[in-house]
Amino acid sequence: MVGLQILIDGFAISSLYALGAIGFTLIFGVSGVLNLSHGSIMVAAAITAWLAAGDYGAGSLGGALAGVAASVVLSFATYLLVVRPIQSSRAIPGEEKEIFVLTGTLLWGIMLQEAMAYFFTNSPKTVRPLIAGVVNIMGVRTPANEIVTAVLSWVAIGLLWLLVNRTRAGKALLAASINPRGLTLLGFELANIHLLVWAIYGVLAGIAGVLLGSFLGVSSDNVGTLTASAFSIVVLGGLGSVSGSLLAAYVVGYLETMTAYLVSPSIRTVPVLLLLVLVIYLRPQGLLGRR
Amino acid sequence: MRTARLLPVALVVLLVMALLPFGVGGYVLGLLTLAYYYGVFAMAWDLLFGFAGEVNFGPSFLVGLGAYAAALLNHYYSWPIWACLVAGSAAAVVGGVVLAVPALRLHGPYFGLVTLVAVLLLQNVIVLFAGVTGGEIGLDIPDVLSISDRVNYWYALGFMVISGAVLFGLARSPVGLILQASGQDAVEASALGFNVAKHKLAAFCISAFFSGLAGAMLIFYLGTASVGTVVDIGVGVQVIIAAVLGGRRTILGGAIGAIFLIVAGEMLRDLGQLSTFVVSAIALVVILFFPGGLLGSLLRTEGRQ
Repeated sequence: MVGLQILIDGFAISSLYALGAIGFTLIFGVSGVLNLSHGSIMVAAAITAWLAAGDYGAGSLGGALAGVAASVVLSFATYLLVVRPIQSSRAIPGEEKEIFVLTGTLLWGIMLQEAMAYFFTNSPKTVRPLIAGVVNIMGVRTPANEIVTAVLSWVAIGLLWLLVNRTRAGKALLAASINPRGLTLLGFELANIHLLVWAIYGVLAGIAGVLLGSFLGVSSDNVGTLTASAFSIVVLGGLGSVSGSLLAAYVVGYLETMTAYLVSPSIRTVPVLLLLVLVIYLRPQGLLGRR
Repeated sequence: MRTARLLPVALVVLLVMALLPFGVGGYVLGLLTLAYYYGVFAMAWDLLFGFAGEVNFGPSFLVGLGAYAAALLNHYYSWPIWACLVAGSAAAVVGGVVLAVPALRLHGPYFGLVTLVAVLLLQNVIVLFAGVTGGEIGLDIPDVLSISDRVNYWYALGFMVISGAVLFGLARSPVGLILQASGQDAVEASALGFNVAKHKLAAFCISAFFSGLAGAMLIFYLGTASVGTVVDIGVGVQVIIAAVLGGRRTILGGAIGAIFLIVAGEMLRDLGQLSTFVVSAIALVVILFFPGGLLGSLLRTEGRQ
């Protein structure tokens, strides 16, 4: 039964990882930004959902929506207050913008983390699940919420795929990730596209955060781990490659679940780190990355 | 010219710092002692980032290697302090080379991630072998540098001044210029006949040496080696913030940034948990509006007059 258990739990975890990492990779692909406040935004979404559903009686669904809304607001704040001022600053030389964006978003993430710890303490919080109860899958008792998590993650990823491939705005987004200069020559305003990317990122990170909060629970102490795991997944899959991130999320999710069940939960992350080092040395562009 | 004009100012500041133990209490001295070790971490990091142009996300990997090598030798084999310090810095250099030789083929985010992963792995190893390393609780160190606050303070100050002088001199030397050139345009630097990889590796070793030595000295001051004080990602983040805040590519800025961070954090202690929030906010504002950092902005205004 352990085999099936690993299969089910691993799938749910991996779907969640995929959703969390996909927004991260999207922003890097389109605007070259590695957003190190990622973990804070996810946790903020979960805490907002927990607060709205609990203290304000908005119900599970209302809470989830509030969480996603908070994540979008924070995503825009990250872009407008931190990333864009650095990108448009004349005092920072072009080749150093990357490290300034990294440091800036890192500091911003720490600020969010500390603010959340101050107002809501760093004790773990569990968001009320959208659907309660337990389902029996071939002898493995699985919380219904785990299935909801996997399904919603894939619905969100599917909608993103439709948006990017089937709509005009989405195609512009794709074009911006391939050749931003070419896109501006065609008369598109790059600034609007960046705003669109950060909006999509906010929605994805928000959904991922709320689902994480209902599946595993979150605390402001998780911020660093969440950012690091998104960063690792994205590099493992290939920076900027969405399909690579999906693949990497499943590799990481299953590797962690297998280690936790078969070896010991305390070394859950070690095999992933070793694999990451190996892949970076042997294939720096990642599993499915472009050079 | 600018440096020459700042020299008297620097000497006066140093004199005040050296005489400080006669004027302030043990608590303040303890804080500054810690800040000076962080200053060395930040200066060593700046050599790698500001000059070689490589973002090392894991300064605490090098610091932690030095600290734990010294701690284990002192705890289990009762090596004298000086031998532990030598072994600690050697361990950091060896670890740095093992990490850097393959990693320097990578650039930008990839190099950064490898160094980040190195920290996470080291942390996991220490926690996994908790029976030997003391795990998250830490390993107690039988020997201490000194039991006097003042002597500890002077050790730290002297160490920071010497490290700062060596790193600063190195950065201003022809080697430093070559490093700077390799950091800004590796292709052109190698076209001019400089071995970019060799110089970057040398920079990494020097950075590792000072980080490891500072880490080893720090644990002999603290009397204990634990993940939270020398290995944790948070330590590395502090170092990076200190270096960028003080002014990148200035070396000495790292020390100023570290002192500022620790003193500011202490002055805001009344705010409780919010103090980290305020310090991060200040650092963010400095980065956004004065990207040259504290020392960088100072030097620029001096230059204009």
